[in-house]
Amino acid sequence: MQYMKPQTANEAAVLLAENAGVARVLAGGTDLLVQMKAGMIEPEMVIDIKQLAGMNDITPEDGGFRIGAAVSGQQLGEHAGVVAMWPGVVEAFELIGSTQVQGRCTMAGNLCNGGPAADSVPAMIAAGAVARIEGPDGTRDCPVEDIPVGPGKISLTKGEFITSIMLPARPARASDAYLRFIPRTEMDIAVASAGVNLELAEDGSVSSARVALGAVGPKIILVPDAAAAIVGTKLDDGALDAMAVACSAACSPIDDKRGTVEFRIQVAGVLAKRAARIAATRAGEKS
Amino acid sequence: MKNTHVSTTVNGDAVEFVCPAEETLLDALRNRVGLSGAKEGCGTGDCGACSVTMNGRLVCSCLVLGVEAEGAEITTIEGMADGEALHPLQQSFIDHAALQCGVCTPGILVAAKNLLERNPDPTDTEIRYWLAGNLCRCTGYDKIIKAVQIAAAEMRGA
Repeated sequence: MQYMKPQTANEAAVLLAENAGVARVLAGGTDLLVQMKAGMIEPEMVIDIKQLAGMNDITPEDGGFRIGAAVSGQQLGEHAGVVAMWPGVVEAFELIGSTQVQGRCTMAGNLCNGGPAADSVPAMIAAGAVARIEGPDGTRDCPVEDIPVGPGKISLTKGEFITSIMLPARPARASDAYLRFIPRTEMDIAVASAGVNLELAEDGSVSSARVALGAVGPKIILVPDAAAAIVGTKLDDGALDAMAVACSAACSPIDDKRGTVEFRIQVAGVLAKRAARIAATRAGEKS
Repeated sequence: MKNTHVSTTVNGDAVEFVCPAEETLLDALRNRVGLSGAKEGCGTGDCGACSVTMNGRLVCSCLVLGVEAEGAEITTIEGMADGEALHPLQQSFIDHAALQCGVCTPGILVAAKNLLERNPDPTDTEIRYWLAGNLCRCTGYDKIIKAVQIAAAEMRGA
């Protein structure tokens, strides 16, 4: 195996394209090294992107924050500005793994691993986050919800990799929350999860919302019908029940040792209701 | 198999080694640098027995490539005592029987030290969550939490 440390993003993209199929991108390595150890993959080349410009930076941009692709969970959690603006994204990212994993894991890696239960991804999708992608032919931006395709599959093409995730600006009276169900309290993978991002109007009703679900289908999904069920309401029980029904209707989970189809469908709706209440409380506290 | 020359800092000392690209930092530390305090439990980042710090962050050295240590500051359990004088956490673990077989202990000590550097007065819950990635199959954890609390109190008083 060769270990490469390109000095520019374009150089990395060209290397990745030239070695498509046998090269892997290394940022935090918390999925890559596990897959190598397990013998799932045997890359001939690992391309480290941590030394590229901006990879370790959290940069204010257009009122939001651009998160470099090598920023770890612990680093994001230490950033007071991001914690205040996007608490749901931070709490989702911080649920991944142990303290040791938090010292290395990245949101871009969590996204590109393509896991249907990836904790940071529903929160990023709910947030309307946009991934910046470098490729051999240049740079493009892509909404995070368009990146997962199926279990372990993403929409990036040959030579492409993510260089940063943009968390957009948001008005006052807006916040987000993420909840997952696991059978223990730490160090586990979501059986079902929900991220909710919402804005409140001056009268306290929901003026806009985004709801995303994890671990209830082959990929993490945005559920517009669930958001529509709460927009214009003050999250009364009827509105929340309607949102939960919409969430459950969007689920297409599998039975496995972690949870049954029926359980996942029901719990996804319950988690979305609770996350919506938390997001609304946070948004109210900010106004 | 291409070997790479790595210049790094381990416990404050300049260290150089040569390793293949796929070798983990854990294997490089144990087999090339001669520091066998970090242990391989699972090799997949679940058990924390290989915990070290890299540039101040707690990591599983089994999930870091040796070549990634280039230019980094690494600390291991071997850097914890000051000569013959044990770190308060080490002494507390001995005094309060916070270990039995000892395989998890180096990783837990490195992790606990990193916690107390950030939070000198943690709650029991904060210690339990911080150490959730350090598995111990002997003690049942209660004595570990207690030993960390006693060391933390001593360090705050010092």
